[in-house]
Amino acid sequence: MGISAIALLSASALALAGCSASEAPAESDTAAIITTNGSEPQQSLIPTNTTETGGGKIVTSIFAGLVSYTADGDVVNEVAQSIESEDGQVWNVTLNDGWTFTNGEAVTSDSFVKAWQYGALLSNAQSSSYFFDNIEGFSYDEESELTGLDVVSDTEFTVTLINPEADFPLRLGYSAFMPLPESAWEDLDAFGENPVGNGPYMVAEDGWQHDVQIDLVTNPDYDGVRKAVNGGVSIIFYTSQDAAYADALGGNLDILDAVPDSAFATYESDFPGRSVNQPAAIFQAFNMPYYLEHWSGEEGKLRRAAISMSIDRAEITDVIFQGTRTPATDFTSPVIAGHSDNLAGAEVLDFNPDEAVKLWAEADAIAPYGDTVFDLAYNADGGHQAWVDAVANSISNTLDIEAVGKAYPTFADALNDRDANALTGGTRAGWQADYPSLYNFLGPLYVDGAGSNKEGYSSPEFEKILAEGASASSVEEATAKYQEAQEVLLVDLPSIPLWYSNVTGVYSDTVDNVVFGWDSVPLYNEVTKG
Amino acid sequence: MLWYAGKRFLQMIPVFFGATFLIYFMVFAVPGDPIAALYGDHPPAPGVIEAVRAEYNLDKPFIVQYLLYIGGLFQGDLGTTFSGRPVIDVMAQAFPITARLALLALAIEAFFGIIVGLVAGLRKGKLFDASALVISLLLISVPTFVVGFVLQYVFGIQLGWARTTVSGAAPWGELILPAIVLASVSFAYIVRLTRASVADNLGADFVRTATAKGLSRRRVVTVHVLRNSLVPVVTYLGVDIGSLMVGAIVTEGIFNINGVGGTVYRAIRLGEGPTVVSFVAVMVIIFVLANLLVDLLYAALDPRIRYAK
Repeated sequence: MGISAIALLSASALALAGCSASEAPAESDTAAIITTNGSEPQQSLIPTNTTETGGGKIVTSIFAGLVSYTADGDVVNEVAQSIESEDGQVWNVTLNDGWTFTNGEAVTSDSFVKAWQYGALLSNAQSSSYFFDNIEGFSYDEESELTGLDVVSDTEFTVTLINPEADFPLRLGYSAFMPLPESAWEDLDAFGENPVGNGPYMVAEDGWQHDVQIDLVTNPDYDGVRKAVNGGVSIIFYTSQDAAYADALGGNLDILDAVPDSAFATYESDFPGRSVNQPAAIFQAFNMPYYLEHWSGEEGKLRRAAISMSIDRAEITDVIFQGTRTPATDFTSPVIAGHSDNLAGAEVLDFNPDEAVKLWAEADAIAPYGDTVFDLAYNADGGHQAWVDAVANSISNTLDIEAVGKAYPTFADALNDRDANALTGGTRAGWQADYPSLYNFLGPLYVDGAGSNKEGYSSPEFEKILAEGASASSVEEATAKYQEAQEVLLVDLPSIPLWYSNVTGVYSDTVDNVVFGWDSVPLYNEVTKG
Repeated sequence: MLWYAGKRFLQMIPVFFGATFLIYFMVFAVPGDPIAALYGDHPPAPGVIEAVRAEYNLDKPFIVQYLLYIGGLFQGDLGTTFSGRPVIDVMAQAFPITARLALLALAIEAFFGIIVGLVAGLRKGKLFDASALVISLLLISVPTFVVGFVLQYVFGIQLGWARTTVSGAAPWGELILPAIVLASVSFAYIVRLTRASVADNLGADFVRTATAKGLSRRRVVTVHVLRNSLVPVVTYLGVDIGSLMVGAIVTEGIFNINGVGGTVYRAIRLGEGPTVVSFVAVMVIIFVLANLLVDLLYAALDPRIRYAK
């Protein structure tokens, strides 16, 4: 059986996107420039080397990949006409005709294949290289070409995967998979400063003022699903969210996609009817390392469950975050298709002091915990102190142990101890999805040896079910497997889920039709102004 | 005089090398791998981190890193930031903005501070004096970020007289409000310094002599009292240039100004050795020059101070 679910999904999403565009008020100014907040990209704008949000929202605006995502995270074909596979292992990609880069070059199979080859090659040290690791020929340790990429014609190429992956097309809208024009290869450094793409927007002439802002203007030749109804977007770089919020209040900023903590109490009244507070694809948790005494084996399992049930998530999200976080019910995020709030074993995420005390006592029967201080590591430069202290208090009150937050001055410092297996207690752990897929929340975090599995979790059972999900023959089947895999996680609790971050945004009365996407970035192309 | 200035310039050389070495070492000694931290919760492949670390020489011992940096310095290459921008470009962008902001703040605090301090000193114990003291006490005790947010809210958001934040080019006009915020604390100190100094000097022998000679009060106050009272104020202003250049982190943050303080702060957090050291080296030079200027001004202000050979 071929995989048709993606194609079906695409068709319905396309229809939806078409709807919202036609609802735009007629009087809106198609030349108007939207202003919004951002941050200076950490690297020059080469898609395969852009993994942070500052550069990410620019790259996805100026490039169009095989697919793109709707506000809800559904996949819709963009440059691709079809992405099909019989077995989930060999994928045939057919491109639509007529796509060009803003320098006039045609978008061909080579535009994709060469860019992906470059991104995957070890010596190019691209931060996204691991996104290609399931394509045949990929290697983490040596120079190796992606032999799985095969150009059939200018509009057709095939991708051969190492392991079958039912939802492979899901990831193709991520910035790592964008095409590059031939001109990029003459001088990639210069290209990164002055990128030429095929997306709904293009960088204005001398548009990137470092540390200040980047001006994007509408690409007149773009004719895909994300056609812009405005004249462009100016992304202003802020070093503090408070300054950005002040600008939004002062009328100097049309859209702000991150309300600062200091305004959580007031933003809804400051911008009546013009604020957004919806779950984002961000999962927050903390991990208890398996190398610590008391935290491995059966004892560790009991203690993890006890800790989890001793945290009053609802109260903390309400009081500390003023409702801008949503208590977790699984290991993914509500914006991802396949998220569930009724997984078997999810009651371990409920506040249940009696059960917590009981489990803790059972663990003490195996090996007494004694006076050991329970600490929870966090980086002090990330605004985590309030909730860490609240979680520690909650644990301390319920289990009658000494629980404290342990502050590291910087993220680098905290990461150092995590990487060196030198933690003395739990550690804050967060994950923001790169592309809207359940797998993206599971594979990189809980598979033994995966990049972000730093606390030493290893479960053959989990990995087996995850692999079954990855090679499932339909998206539905894959989703069911991924949920089943999470049920294993709910028993083991390698990570103790806390909550999903919400995206909180505001927009001024100069703009309309502001919709925030699954990735917390507003769909700029749909915004009307005037 | 020239000899004195020349000697002071020569002193800058060891100060420069000492300062850069120490700062470089401190950045190096900050725990944690700056490259791994760049990627946040999404670590790239291990090979990528190693390659990037090698690109910035972070895989080499400290002394090699430092010598490579100094070697580049003599060839006019100050290294690059982790985003690949030459540090020299970042400096060329940040220093002029901060210099404008600091000069504006200095002008505001010196002008208003000296006038208010002088009047308060001349009317010691009167209503003006008392209110000046209360206001200055208030300004000293209220943190800068409070003054910053309040002024931004009132003038930027409510009244709309000023832009809420400063645009990228940071023209003089937009910098007035941040400069007032930045100047507020120093203004208070200058008022107090000037007042105390003026009040002291009013009873000094040379003032009595000048008055006895039959000079007008105006001349006594401006030429004899004020000029002599400015010595401690000038000392303070000299030191303040330095802190205005580097200590504007809070103000820069509030008004989104792309200046020296914020850049250094971010670079320290990122562990960007070359950026931190290059900026600090220039700041050290500014400090030394400002102090030299102050010492030379002493001679101009106070005839009792002369720099002999």
